[in-house]
Amino acid sequence: MNYFTLTLALIFVFIPLLLSKTLHLGLEKDTVIATIRSIIQLLVVGYLLKIVFETEHLFFIFIMIALMITAATQNARKKGVSIKGITWKLVITFMFIELLTQVILIGFHIIPPTAQYMIPISGMVIGNSMVLAILFLNRFDAEIASRKEHIELILSLGGTPKQAIHKQLIASIKASTIPTIESQKTIGLVQLPGMMSGQIIAGTDPVQAVQFQLLILFLLLTTAVTTSVLLGFLAYPTLFNDRMQFLETRFIKKEK
Amino acid sequence: MSNNEQTAIRFEHVSYSINGKNILYDITGNVPIGKITTIVGPSGTGKSTLFRLSNGLISPDSGKIFVLGKNIEEYDPVSLRKIVALAPQSAPMIEGTVFSNLRLPFDLHGKAFDETEAKKLLHLVNLDPDLLFHDANRLSGGERQKVSIARTLANRPQILLLDEITSSLDPVSQQEIEHLILSINEKYKTTILWITHQMDQAIRVGDFTWMLMDGKLAESGKISELQMSDNVRIQQFIKGETK
Repeated sequence: MNYFTLTLALIFVFIPLLLSKTLHLGLEKDTVIATIRSIIQLLVVGYLLKIVFETEHLFFIFIMIALMITAATQNARKKGVSIKGITWKLVITFMFIELLTQVILIGFHIIPPTAQYMIPISGMVIGNSMVLAILFLNRFDAEIASRKEHIELILSLGGTPKQAIHKQLIASIKASTIPTIESQKTIGLVQLPGMMSGQIIAGTDPVQAVQFQLLILFLLLTTAVTTSVLLGFLAYPTLFNDRMQFLETRFIKKEK
Repeated sequence: MSNNEQTAIRFEHVSYSINGKNILYDITGNVPIGKITTIVGPSGTGKSTLFRLSNGLISPDSGKIFVLGKNIEEYDPVSLRKIVALAPQSAPMIEGTVFSNLRLPFDLHGKAFDETEAKKLLHLVNLDPDLLFHDANRLSGGERQKVSIARTLANRPQILLLDEITSSLDPVSQQEIEHLILSINEKYKTTILWITHQMDQAIRVGDFTWMLMDGKLAESGKISELQMSDNVRIQQFIKGETK
């Protein structure tokens, strides 16, 4: 594919614009912004990756991963319900998951320690972890709001914060990880995963593309469950003080 | 302080506010040990907040609270909550049977609990032992309150805080609960603090009464003394003219 054919692909942007204009859907502005942003962001990333791949310097790999973690933290902070001190909790979670997955992948020689493998896989791992963090925080907030009475009941009977929040924590971990597990059950039946489709289009042998896709799927299972568990255990102590009192105000609501 | 010896709970200039709004202001008073003290007053005057402070679920902005002569801050929260038990108005039940609700305090403190003990607790609150494996969330209002009281009693508290526990019950269940509380007070010498919005109930069950108005302790003493008060608002409340 060259820039000429890519320009032709803009037809797929004009179709929704035309429909939006004709039917007064009001989607024009957002469509144009989304198109421009995606062009700029992806091209910048593409060229950056090219430099990183060519130099193959560990420092650049670290910088890229640090940038991903920063962006994921920012986004999760913006979209998820916030808890006091959420920034460092998210950073620790993302760093831990990145480290855990890369150590296993490189340690067992599943992938070589090169930018070509490490960066795209890190992107998928951190991106997935970010989505899970948002899902978990929103669910945790909802669980606590609907069961505040139970939390205080357990505390009033002399239970510890961990005992008081146990049910809500487990329910939130389960609820946020179920979509990842469920989606893997039907994968390939309806829609081919994006990465695999990309590899096939780029000429990779479909079986090898499947092997890589399976690796990613397994990675995402670890990412999903570890993110929710780690974030949950980092988050819940913030909701209580040393007098074992439940501090509802530690959840900071976003203005809609 | 010498009077702490006869005092179950002592409040000293206790104030509590939420977002700058005073809920309780400069409360000072003693709750006598082994007696039933009722707390009355219009809605929104901080009665439940007083209980949450006593059970240590919240801390005052200023002032001190003493439980059995010891500053509440010096207690480890778990021990405090075992001594001062709270039965909330809504009698919240955890998911599961009556048995799982009764065993909750035992589970929390890692103690063994069996059916025989559960039946003893049910007997204590005059509930049919056959209810043991019924779904706790399908009990009637009266049964639910009794299970809540039994669960609260499991820690053998010395002070029992009852937050409007009969407000949603029919007269028969109300009477049963009143008898139950009176018998617990008599049998175990448990100090009872009882929030009620019914003056007639306060007269029936209380040895002493505290009347809260606008977050302040407007009057306290024997109910007969309160009835003699020349405070117009107190008289209006006693006559049922304010809720």
